[in-house]
Amino acid sequence: MSAPFSWIRSEPWGIHVVPADAWVDPGKAVDRALVTHGHADHARGGHGATVATPETLAIMKLRYQTGEGPSGGETTPVQYSETIRLPGNVDATYIPAGHVLGSAQILLEHAGERVICTGDYKRRADPTCPPFEVTPCDILITEATFGLPLFTHPPIEGEMAKLMERLAAYPDRCVLVGAYALGKAQRVIAELRRAGHAQPIYLHGAMEKMCRLYEEHGIELGELRLVSDTPKDEMRGHIVIAPPSALNDRWSRRLPDPITAFASGWMHVRQRARQRNVELPLVISDHADWNELTRTIEEVNPQETWITHGREEALLRWNQLHQRRARALALVGREDEDE
Amino acid sequence: MEDFAALIDALIYTRSRNEKLRLIAEYLRTTADPDRGWALAALTDGMDFPAVKSSTIRTIMKERIDPVLWSLSRDFVGDTAETASLLWETGQIGASGDVEAPPSVSEAVAILSAMTRKTAPVELPALLDRLDAPGRFALLKLATGAMRIGVSSRLGKVAFAQSFDVPVEDVEEYWHGLSPPYEELFAWAADGEAPPDIANLPTFRPFMLAHPLEETAVDMADYAAEWKWDGIRVQLVHAGGETRVYSRSGDDISATFPEMLGALTIPAVLDGELLVRGNVQGGEAGPGKQGGAASFNALQQRLGRKTVSKKMLSESPAFVRLYDALLIEGEDVRTLPWEERRKKLESFVPRLPASHFDISNIVKADDFEALAEIREGTRDDAIEGLMLKRRDSAYIAGRKTGLWYKWKRDPLLIDCVLMYAQRGSGKRSSFFSDYTFGCWNGDPDAGAELLPVGKAYSGFTDEELKKLDKHVRSKTVNRFGPVRETDKSLVFEVAFDSVHESKRHKSGLAMRFPRIHRVRWDKPVHEADRIEALKSLIRD
Ligand SMILES: [Zn+2]
Ligand SMILES: [Zn+2]
Repeated sequence: MSAPFSWIRSEPWGIHVVPADAWVDPGKAVDRALVTHGHADHARGGHGATVATPETLAIMKLRYQTGEGPSGGETTPVQYSETIRLPGNVDATYIPAGHVLGSAQILLEHAGERVICTGDYKRRADPTCPPFEVTPCDILITEATFGLPLFTHPPIEGEMAKLMERLAAYPDRCVLVGAYALGKAQRVIAELRRAGHAQPIYLHGAMEKMCRLYEEHGIELGELRLVSDTPKDEMRGHIVIAPPSALNDRWSRRLPDPITAFASGWMHVRQRARQRNVELPLVISDHADWNELTRTIEEVNPQETWITHGREEALLRWNQLHQRRARALALVGREDEDE
Repeated sequence: MEDFAALIDALIYTRSRNEKLRLIAEYLRTTADPDRGWALAALTDGMDFPAVKSSTIRTIMKERIDPVLWSLSRDFVGDTAETASLLWETGQIGASGDVEAPPSVSEAVAILSAMTRKTAPVELPALLDRLDAPGRFALLKLATGAMRIGVSSRLGKVAFAQSFDVPVEDVEEYWHGLSPPYEELFAWAADGEAPPDIANLPTFRPFMLAHPLEETAVDMADYAAEWKWDGIRVQLVHAGGETRVYSRSGDDISATFPEMLGALTIPAVLDGELLVRGNVQGGEAGPGKQGGAASFNALQQRLGRKTVSKKMLSESPAFVRLYDALLIEGEDVRTLPWEERRKKLESFVPRLPASHFDISNIVKADDFEALAEIREGTRDDAIEGLMLKRRDSAYIAGRKTGLWYKWKRDPLLIDCVLMYAQRGSGKRSSFFSDYTFGCWNGDPDAGAELLPVGKAYSGFTDEELKKLDKHVRSKTVNRFGPVRETDKSLVFEVAFDSVHESKRHKSGLAMRFPRIHRVRWDKPVHEADRIEALKSLIRD
């Protein structure tokens, strides 16, 4: 019998599931990849085989041509709660992570030992994906994007109210909301609809395909129009959504006197918002805040926690203060997400 | 405190000056005394509570949260007050469970003022417990006197004037004699009561300002001419036994020029140009030869200092060349015509020490053409040009058309090559509108290089800006953070007022007031000027 948990290893390019020769969210092309969700720091093209939820596979097909043609590799769709058997007697179960459409935690079981890779997750309600499910395990491999005690994301309703108030106060201007093209943008639109905002919402061209993909998966986003098809004056008094990189770009000159908003967990810190020239910071995050991270560790109650990307030191310190075993993994290519 | 906190946050996220003014004015109109006065003081001058420092906050926090978690958080946020406001968990103190209502701004100020270093560690947390996160941020910023939210004291005064529709010059004048929470100032502006009495206080009076002459020709029968000196405009005030030196913006710069404080001991408010002694310049000023000013560079060495060394005082002593008076021996002469004020000034100056004061001579010219000739002929570097003052005009604060003109010497021109560009701010933040340009350090056809000589962000039209922006984007060869390096293919004709030696720049030269005169889309870069050409324009 080999040493406990020797079948799972942390390498710079990802988590290696040794008996299956599979990698979780590898940062380079591998023969077999288990992918938690479609964000660029977790999903990439060129794998021999990709195992992910059908939604994540659809996103990867759109972004990386995964599963298309000879170079796209093979794909294995796994439904939530479904378990598949990998080579080397490893079982993988995909469990909702509540992060974006298709996002999953991956539970790996081998020789009676249970390891969960959370990928990115949050514990808040999100109309675009099913909620995070707490699942017991021995080793919890967690993200730590907002792993500092100062991060406590406010309820989204308040942030939506701020957005709608500002929109109503300036009927001659538009509010330009910077939002990450996969997940954040669709969540903001869906939350606006939930809050009763029925007007058309105008999109930067880079958002269009992902929004259509969400709609094909049953997420209703209401009437969406493209900025490029719209005369400037028509957008007065309306909401425009664009990727964060377009906020201060000359692309924004085609908009009618935009008020710059940014939907991101980083907006919690004033200096971060000012650096981006943001006039209306909206603290909306698809990641767990400090309380969600620590609560999750307490609820899952693993023997050991491994911390992947984000601010590992603080979460490591918290574990130490609470007599919990933990270690930080040094994974490459996982910078702060443009969340 | 909640309204004040909301104002602070709105100001932090507002880029436009007009919008900032509107926000402050709105707050001042809708907030009661004395809260609004304290808020205004906090915004403009900052307040000092000796018992509360950044270190006080750190100490308190490290008792409430693990020091390692505190340090990691503080490093990430980069600001102690904001980190503490975000990390604060309320209700750790009030064991009974009742939460006290948030304090008003004036209550917070009263509590902060009463704190000592001993009581602060208990009283500050109690205060923070009554506030939400934005409230805690505003309170801690107020307590540590470091707002840094882009509101200058001038902006605060303009907002005050706007909110009650009173002249900003009057606000300036009364402001300096009062202290927070400025209740007399609000009573006057908001409730129409008598203006505050400042006669016996050494306060700043707003300057009379000039318009550029542009194309106008004036009749020398109506106007008098004086040299426009290349120093800094100051106001010297003696009242109530105290002397103060104020800058153009009304800032008290007495500490920077201590030698002037003992020089004026008669109650007066005087207007003039502060210069430092030198033996090179000022020789040409009129028939009486008014000597003794050094270059602006020498004066520059003395600006912005809080303390001045003995060596500086003896090597570059300051003096003031007077050209007007607002009050003489307690008498307000502002309503008198310029000619009469000038006579009073001429008879007053001999009573002042000649080591520290002289009077700016009148430039005599029979007609405008003769004056133009005199201006053309000026080669003195201490002279920026001419001032034209209407003989019958009262001293009126601000810039009223037709009374005073400045007629600068024609700018110097040089052809430079665009090297780097940076995004502008505010409305221009999507344009590359700040340009760094250079001259050749030798023959460009023999391998010479460009060295940066200056930076400009004005002088072009909106149309030209669009074209320049496009040029920068398509000709970028390198990026350094926000800076784009271009392929150096475009010539600017740059206008500037003067050029000086400077150790700060690689080229060894620094221009004053450079601006883009013309964009020379047509000119090949190798025909741009060389460093030597720029050097030859130094007039020291
Ligand atoms: Zn993600
Ligand atoms: Zn991630």
